Amino acid sequence: MNNRAGLILELTHLLKSQRLCVLSTHNTGQPYASLVSFAATPDLMQLLFATTRSTRKFANLTSDFRAAMLVDNRSNEEGDIHSAMAVTATGVVGEVSGTERDEALTLYLEKHPYLKDFVHSPSCAFLKLSVRTYFLVRRFQNVVEIHMPL
Amino acid sequence: MTLILPIEQIEEKDRPKVGGKAFALASLWKAGFNVPAAICVTSDAYDRYVSSTGIRERILMEIHRKAFEDMRWEEMWDASLRIRNMFLTTPMPGPLKDALGDNIAKCFGEKPSAVRSSSPGEDSKKASFAGLHDSYVNVRTRDAIMEHVIKVWASLWSDAALLYRRELGLDPEKSTMAVVIQEMVLGDRAGVAFCRSPVDPSQAVIESVYGLNQGLVDGTVEPDRWLLERASGKILSHTQPKRDLWVVPAKEGATLENLPSPMAMHAPLKEGEVYAVYRLAMDAEKYFESPQDVEWTFFKEILYLLQSRPITTEKGDEPGDDRSWYLSLTRSFDNLKALRRKIEEKLIPAMIDEASLLEAENLDDFSLHELISEMERRSRVHQKWVEIYWRDFIPFAHGARLFGQIYNDAVHPSDPHEFMSLLAATEMESLKRNRLLEELAQDVREKSELRKLLETGDFENVDPPFLTRLDRFVSNYGQLICPDPSLNACRIHMCGILLRMAAAKTTARAQRDIAGLTDSFLFRFEGKKREDAAEMLDLARASYRLRDDDNIYLGRIESALDQAVALAEMRLSADSAAAKDQGSYEGRIAVVKKKVYVPHSTVNETTTDDHFDFRQRQLTGQPAGPGLVEGPARIVSNVLDLAEFQAGEILVCDAVDPSMTFVVPLSGGIVERRGGMLIHGAIIAREYGLPCVTGVPDATTLIQTGNRITVDGYLGIVIIGTDTT
Repeated sequence: MNNRAGLILELTHLLKSQRLCVLSTHNTGQPYASLVSFAATPDLMQLLFATTRSTRKFANLTSDFRAAMLVDNRSNEEGDIHSAMAVTATGVVGEVSGTERDEALTLYLEKHPYLKDFVHSPSCAFLKLSVRTYFLVRRFQNVVEIHMPL
Repeated sequence: MTLILPIEQIEEKDRPKVGGKAFALASLWKAGFNVPAAICVTSDAYDRYVSSTGIRERILMEIHRKAFEDMRWEEMWDASLRIRNMFLTTPMPGPLKDALGDNIAKCFGEKPSAVRSSSPGEDSKKASFAGLHDSYVNVRTRDAIMEHVIKVWASLWSDAALLYRRELGLDPEKSTMAVVIQEMVLGDRAGVAFCRSPVDPSQAVIESVYGLNQGLVDGTVEPDRWLLERASGKILSHTQPKRDLWVVPAKEGATLENLPSPMAMHAPLKEGEVYAVYRLAMDAEKYFESPQDVEWTFFKEILYLLQSRPITTEKGDEPGDDRSWYLSLTRSFDNLKALRRKIEEKLIPAMIDEASLLEAENLDDFSLHELISEMERRSRVHQKWVEIYWRDFIPFAHGARLFGQIYNDAVHPSDPHEFMSLLAATEMESLKRNRLLEELAQDVREKSELRKLLETGDFENVDPPFLTRLDRFVSNYGQLICPDPSLNACRIHMCGILLRMAAAKTTARAQRDIAGLTDSFLFRFEGKKREDAAEMLDLARASYRLRDDDNIYLGRIESALDQAVALAEMRLSADSAAAKDQGSYEGRIAVVKKKVYVPHSTVNETTTDDHFDFRQRQLTGQPAGPGLVEGPARIVSNVLDLAEFQAGEILVCDAVDPSMTFVVPLSGGIVERRGGMLIHGAIIAREYGLPCVTGVPDATTLIQTGNRITVDGYLGIVIIGTDTT
């Protein structure tokens, strides 16, 4: 906490370095978790991801747009307990549309070029999590909340 | 994976897994030097032990709990104690135990052995870990040797070794340890030889003691010392010590005893023997092609070489190489005993006298000029005691630490800080004071009439015996807590605390079966060792008590200085006649105020900026008092904050000082920026059985008064909830 610029750098690096994250949604109280490919906007305000409209997660988000995403850099080694970093982003999900869609798609496909056909499919929804809060966990138990401007 | 290698089989390729000491012994053995038979338990065995038991990751979690640069040395010591206890309470897995045990039994049987550290990476020309890792002498039987192998492994993580490794830039995650088990030569004379003196490169140095080398190495036995011409071996000087002690083998280990007087008449080495040791050291230098630091012993006139390592770069050549400082972190029992005498017989009485004299002076009688001079004098007195505090009182805290290690080695408790319960057998000054305060509060609690009188400040109608007790208390302790030294102001201030204590259910001191724990500890030793253990416990209790009492006495001196400063400022602003000297007086007050220690946070950042809003949700510190509590936080920076303290609040401060302990019985828990189990706040929290977390960086800036916080004293975590204001 004594180096906030450092924390933002660590968070940015984590979001850039990881390709996949866990998306958490729910359906009438039943939680559901899915692995999705994501990309963060440079201002860290949005996390972009894509899913087909027939999925359970999309149905869940249609009924309640609140969601959480977990990004972490674990390596499935014992040392992850002390050295891994994880961030949970909470916020609301909506479709990316209008003028921002082209720029967001470019950003997303720069990170995931192999998903080009997938995201351009008419059956696919290109979505953004507008982040309200990041919960950054380091050193096993050290937790910092970063609240985003509304 | 090679778990054990006899020294005769060690080759160059094995060096990374046997360490410098074992490799040097192997080389010397092959070159025909007279070295005792030995085997090396390689670092593969260490790696298998820490991996298969899960200790490796537990260690890394301990040392990565906080950023290394945020950890005070006392926190390192606590972490190190916990790590050591992990080793002591974790047996070797069966297959490893069998593999090592069979080899050890075959090589040594019932013969006495020395069990020595040989950490890969230590004893290079640039860095020496000599003395930082443990070695043990005169260990017998397979099981005892195995137990000591584990202790040597644990010493890889001593506070001194950790700090020294950090200074050298070595990665603790890559640290590993090999162990040399060497047939013990129970020599009658022993010593060390430096091929090249650290002071004068043209000279060699030989030091020798009667008995085992251990007394010389740990500094308890003063050696005879010869300076020799390095080129020829000619003796230049011989310094003779008092020669009154020696270390001799005991049934197990070694013991310090008085040297029989016939031996004390003569130096341990004759001139020819000095030369023989010189030749041995120079032969080792020739063989290794660098000046050596050699340990040797004579057994029945035969000279043995026990170990040889390169002399590290002389002190001063390598910036930052300060191994001697790290070694000083461990104080010997005898050193601590001498320090105790000095503190108890000389320093504490002098400190009390000084505080009493300052308190007896009536500053109202002083002119402004005299008051300014008196303030400066008090500043000098305060400075003197602060220096003594750091020089003598802080090092004496090692008494409790040394006992902690002895207790854990003997008892192997599941809680590595269990030993602290034994230290609380005598009442500390702040607890005596709090007991008196609780007695007064009990009266207020039981007598509603008295309570009403105190609430309205109607002291004239208060029952005289109660008022006498209250005034005595105010006179003895009020200055520590009251910003205004007048009797009436202190009475009112104290009554505020008394009324809150009376209204609340305050925390009583925790009850423990101290006698049972003490017996259980002492009965693990026999004969003379039990006497030593009892003496060690007594010294540790004195050390523990002093960590509280010295704060109280220093606090009295500091508060006498604060009063002089406050009065000088007040008089200066009110005295128009002083206008011509105004600037000079203000300057002198400013100089004194600058010298007074004011705890401050290392970071003063605000927690919001234009874009992001940062809120620390969960802070990691050190577990210092077991328990879990949730309550509103109260940041206490000065005595005025204490006046606002409400029952059930969590005391959050930079460092608990004597005045704060007044409110501890009212509080629900303690959070402190300063870290360590043996700091004042942690000691008081344990006394009252309060959850306590210490070593929380920026605690007083990240937590606000009114924040609802949870103190997890088991795990050393503070969780910040929402405001209650």
